[in-house]
Amino acid sequence: MNPALSVIFLTTLIGVGQGLFLALFTQQSYALFDLLPHQGARFYGWGSLLALVFTMTGLIASFLHLGRPERAWRAAAQWRTSWLSREVIVLPAFMVILFLYGACHLTGFDPVLVILPSGLGIHATIVLGWVGTIVAFALFVSTGMIYACLRFLQEWHSPLTVINFILLGSASGFTLATLYAAKFAPSQTGFFGGWALIITLLGLLGRSASLWRNARLKQKSTTQTAIGIKHPRIVQKAQGAMGGSFNTREFFHGKSASFVSRVKVSFLLCAFALPLLLLTVNLSYQSVLLLAIAFVAQYAGLLAERWYFFAEARHPQNLYYQGVS
Amino acid sequence: MTQLALVIDLNVCVGCHACVTSCKEWNTSGSAGPLCDENPYGADPTGTFFNRVQTFEVGQYPNTETVHFPKSCLHCEDPPCVPVCPTGASYKRKQDGIVLVDYDKCIGCKYCAWACPYGAREIDEKQQVMKKCTLCVDRIYDTTLPERDRKPACVMACPTSARLFGDIHDAESAVSKAIRESAGYALMPEWGTHPANHYLPRRKTNLKIHEDELERIDNPLKVDGKLPKPSKTDPTLDDVTSW
Repeated sequence: MNPALSVIFLTTLIGVGQGLFLALFTQQSYALFDLLPHQGARFYGWGSLLALVFTMTGLIASFLHLGRPERAWRAAAQWRTSWLSREVIVLPAFMVILFLYGACHLTGFDPVLVILPSGLGIHATIVLGWVGTIVAFALFVSTGMIYACLRFLQEWHSPLTVINFILLGSASGFTLATLYAAKFAPSQTGFFGGWALIITLLGLLGRSASLWRNARLKQKSTTQTAIGIKHPRIVQKAQGAMGGSFNTREFFHGKSASFVSRVKVSFLLCAFALPLLLLTVNLSYQSVLLLAIAFVAQYAGLLAERWYFFAEARHPQNLYYQGVS
Repeated sequence: MTQLALVIDLNVCVGCHACVTSCKEWNTSGSAGPLCDENPYGADPTGTFFNRVQTFEVGQYPNTETVHFPKSCLHCEDPPCVPVCPTGASYKRKQDGIVLVDYDKCIGCKYCAWACPYGAREIDEKQQVMKKCTLCVDRIYDTTLPERDRKPACVMACPTSARLFGDIHDAESAVSKAIRESAGYALMPEWGTHPANHYLPRRKTNLKIHEDELERIDNPLKVDGKLPKPSKTDPTLDDVTSW
């Protein structure tokens, strides 16, 4: 596939937003049970709005992917069958919850909705946080399933696709939360940094597993099944057009194998190795600058990772576009 | 249930591209708007086509065969492009099984093109909506046309009658008979899309002559033995030719 910048930015940016929200609410949940000190409302509020900025930017990027953005509202119609349609519904829902969660914190309108038998009061922001967590995961699953449900794109058709969207989005969000905490709630940097380290490590495992799987894939479709002629040697001599077509532009990235493998090495270094190193350093030596480098490197690495994710998928239609003479 | 489809005979197709030009002519002139071209007279002309003829060389020189392979939307019975469409612009008609795109609903997200293993869908770069073969739905039901013309433009244009059109769910239709009797097959059967369009394979016409058919069984020479060969100096039967 030819990676589309709009989709690369969409999936990575909303991943950061989801991860940041999950990080903030994880901390608030710990604080609810007095496992961690409760932070001021401004910490959660502005953090949630920061996540909203990321998801909003992602949404804008997604519009750039559409040929007819003015009709985008129609995309909510087929939620019964289409994962893309489900994502189109869940993404704005998540943004609304980010806004409400942030607004409740910042305006101080946070009434106790339920009192548990133990006497613990459940605030509106906690309920919003739980709903938001479910919606954040629903969004990860919808985004991942857009790719994982295409059965003949064998590189994507795997549970690892969804798992990696969850892990990589969460990793970048938790790294950003660590940076955010280092600046505005230094006492919590260790908590966020620890989780960021664990999730980044899990992300590395998940992504390595899918790299390992995809390197060993046997393509089900061949030129023989594509045109239905059973001969071991079939060479394409013409593809019906000499100046290229949508099929050659959309499904071929046109980069050399060495370029693709360089992208792979760079995303393994930037998205995983460097952040893991800096997050480990963070455990003993806290530095906003190092965490900023960690987040920027990880985000840039994830951009490369997403580019590679698209580039490594070999679409069976390419079998019909192997040569022009 | 009706399932209209094309059956393309690879044994007959000569790769003349008449179906391509005829398709483009009909479908760029219809009420749905043009099939836009870009840079049509420049160095790298490109444009929207519903149908393309590709050419493959099968085998190793000198034992090669050139196969011309017309390729358009296969109107799958279980089309993977339809359920993924977020807007419902892509749909499969119940009454005749044609897979169509509603150009007024399409948002140009290209997800259906990703979901088609055959690469049958192309975005119109000017109108920014997804387009594909309609089986000339605006033609085959047009009662103002004489009955014999109510066929897709590609079928009308084919000079070798390599393209058959009909209902593959009707066991007595010409297309069903062709599939049944000439070993019609579907492309990429491994994905379970059940393409409605079928292809008929290349065929070789062989005449097997058995040894005993080379001589008449009631040949009198066999019964009585061969006549002795006359010597060169002997007079011939007709006094002209010589042994």
